Amino acid sequence: MELNVIGQDDHQDTGSSCSSGSCGSSNDQMGHLPQEIKDKVKNHPCYSEEAHHYFARMHVAVAPACNIQCHYCNRKYDCSNESRPGVVSELLTPEEAVMKTKAVAANIPQMTVLGIAGPGDPLANPERTFSTFRMLSEQAPDIKLCVSTNGLALPDAVEELSKHNIDHVTITINTVDPEIGAKIYPWIYWNNKRIHGVKGAKILIQQQQKGLEMLVAKGILVKVNSVMIPGVNDEHLKEVSRIVKSKGAFLHNVMPLISEAEHGTFYGVMGQRGPEPEELQDLQDACAGDMNMMRHCRQCRADAVGLLGEDRGEEFTMDKIAAMDIDYDAAMKKRAVIHQGILEELDEKEAKRARLASASVPAAAKPDTRPVLMAVATSGGGLINQHFGHATEFLVYEVSPNGVRFISHRKVDQYCIGGDTCGEKESALSGSIRALKGCEAVLCSKIGYEPWSLLEDAGIQPNGEHAMEPIEEAILAVYEEMRVDGRLDATPAHVAELAKA
Amino acid sequence: MALSIVDSCVNCWACYDVCPSEAIYESKPHFKINARKCTECEGDYDQPQCASICPIEEAILDASGAPMNALGTLTGIPPEKMAEAMREIQSR
Repeated sequence: MELNVIGQDDHQDTGSSCSSGSCGSSNDQMGHLPQEIKDKVKNHPCYSEEAHHYFARMHVAVAPACNIQCHYCNRKYDCSNESRPGVVSELLTPEEAVMKTKAVAANIPQMTVLGIAGPGDPLANPERTFSTFRMLSEQAPDIKLCVSTNGLALPDAVEELSKHNIDHVTITINTVDPEIGAKIYPWIYWNNKRIHGVKGAKILIQQQQKGLEMLVAKGILVKVNSVMIPGVNDEHLKEVSRIVKSKGAFLHNVMPLISEAEHGTFYGVMGQRGPEPEELQDLQDACAGDMNMMRHCRQCRADAVGLLGEDRGEEFTMDKIAAMDIDYDAAMKKRAVIHQGILEELDEKEAKRARLASASVPAAAKPDTRPVLMAVATSGGGLINQHFGHATEFLVYEVSPNGVRFISHRKVDQYCIGGDTCGEKESALSGSIRALKGCEAVLCSKIGYEPWSLLEDAGIQPNGEHAMEPIEEAILAVYEEMRVDGRLDATPAHVAELAKA
Repeated sequence: MALSIVDSCVNCWACYDVCPSEAIYESKPHFKINARKCTECEGDYDQPQCASICPIEEAILDASGAPMNALGTLTGIPPEKMAEAMREIQSR
C-alpha cells in the first residue's frame, strides 16, 4: 500500500476526511497559497507548521501597557513559572530588548523571528515597540519582525508598521458581535475614556476589522488568533473565520481558553471552562472549510525564547546577556549558512513528498481503513527523537488512507489540575498517559519498561522502533503495520465507548 | 488635589503614557504620582487619565485616599467570588 501525506495529493480524492481541500493538514496548511506567501512564511515557526520543527522564535517583553481588558487575562502577570500569553518575568527597555535579541540570534542561530506580543498590547506602547523595531531593522536585518495586537490601536499604527518592513501581523479577534464582545471584554480605553460593555466591544470590533482591511491593502500578511470560549464564542468563531478570510487574513489560529482559577482571571475565578481537545479539534475542522488553520500554536509567553514548545528564556536573562560578548556580524554569517542548510533540507523533503504523491495509488484503490490518532515525542527537526519520559508535550497526528495530518500538540500536565475527585498530585507518567487520550500509538526514540506496560494497559501502543526517522514516514509505517495486523478492523475501546454514549 | 498610586500597582506603564501633566514617574517598587504636578486632569479631560486606563482595582487613590476603581469594577469579578476562589486555592 502506498500512502501519501495529505495535501500533496491533488485534492480530488473524495474519500478525504477533511471537509475541503484547504483542511489544516501539516503540509497542506500552506499548500494552495501563492508562492510569494509561501516564501514569506517558510522560515516562520508561527506561520508554518513545517517550519516550527526547525526554526525558533523569540518575544521581547517591551510592551507592558494595555488599552483593553480581556476576561482571560490578569494583569498581575509577574510570574516566571507559567507559560501562557501575557506572562513575563523581566520587562525590558527597547535597548535591552535589542541586546537580548542579538544575543539569542547569535546563540540560537535557527531563531528567525522576533515578535513583540506584550505582556500588554504592543500598539498601546507605540514608542517602546517601534523604537525596538527601528533599532533591530538597522542592527539585525536578518531577523524577521512581527507583532501581535488586540487591534484597538491598529488602524493608527498601520502606516508605521509598513515603514518597518514588518510583514507579519497577528490580530486577536474573538468575535465580530458586540453582544458577545461584552462577555469577553469588560472595558476598553478609547479617546481618553474607559468604555464598558457593548459600547466598548463595538468600538474594538470596528477597529480590528478596519485594521485587518488596512493591513491586507498594504500587502502585510495577517494571521487571526481567536480564543475558543465554550458557550461564549465557540459556535460564533465559524462566522469569524469566514469573515476574516473574506477580508484577506491568510491563517486562523483557534486556541483553547486557559482558565485555571489560580491565574485570577475573570473566567478562571468564575468557573468558565476551557474546551476539551476534541471540541477544539472539531471547531478547527469546521473552520477549516473556509480558512487555513494553524494548529501548532503553543500559546507562549510574551518573553518566550526557542523552538515552539520549548522555553530557553532562563539562558538569556539580562545579567547573563551582559556577560556575553556578541559579534553580530560574525553571527549573521553563521546564521545565513545554517538557515540555508535548513531550507535545503525542507526543499528536499518537499521534493520527496512530490515524488511519493505522484507514485501513490488512485483514491479508488485505497483501503477503507479507519483513521487513527498517533502521538509523537520530538525535540525538533521533524524527527522521532525524544525519549518518552523526557517529553513535556506530544504532537498528535491523524493518519488515514488519505495520509497524515497534524492535529494538535498535547501538553504533559505534570501536576494535579484539581477537581473534586482528585486529592493528590499525580506523577508525570499518569499526566503523560492522560495527555495521550484518544491516541492508539505513541512514537518515541526510547521508552522505559514501566510506562510501556502502563501505556499498553491504557490501550496506547508504545513504539520505539522508528527512532530518528521523519515523523510522517514513521506514522505511515506504523499505520501500515496496524492494517496488516488487522488492528484497523476492530473498533478500539475508546471509540466503542464513545459510540455507546 | 492629587491622586496617588499604591503598592498593588503592577508597573505596566499605561498611566505614565497617558498623563497630560507628566506627573507620573517610574519608581521602586512601583510608579508614583508627583502631587505637585498632578491636576487630576482638570482642564484637560473629564476623567483622570491614569485612573481611566489603570487595569488594577484599588491601585490609584483619590485625594481623600479612596480607590478610584473599586474592587470588582474592572475585572467584573464580584469581590466575594474572588475571596472564595482564593480560599479554595489556599486550602488545596
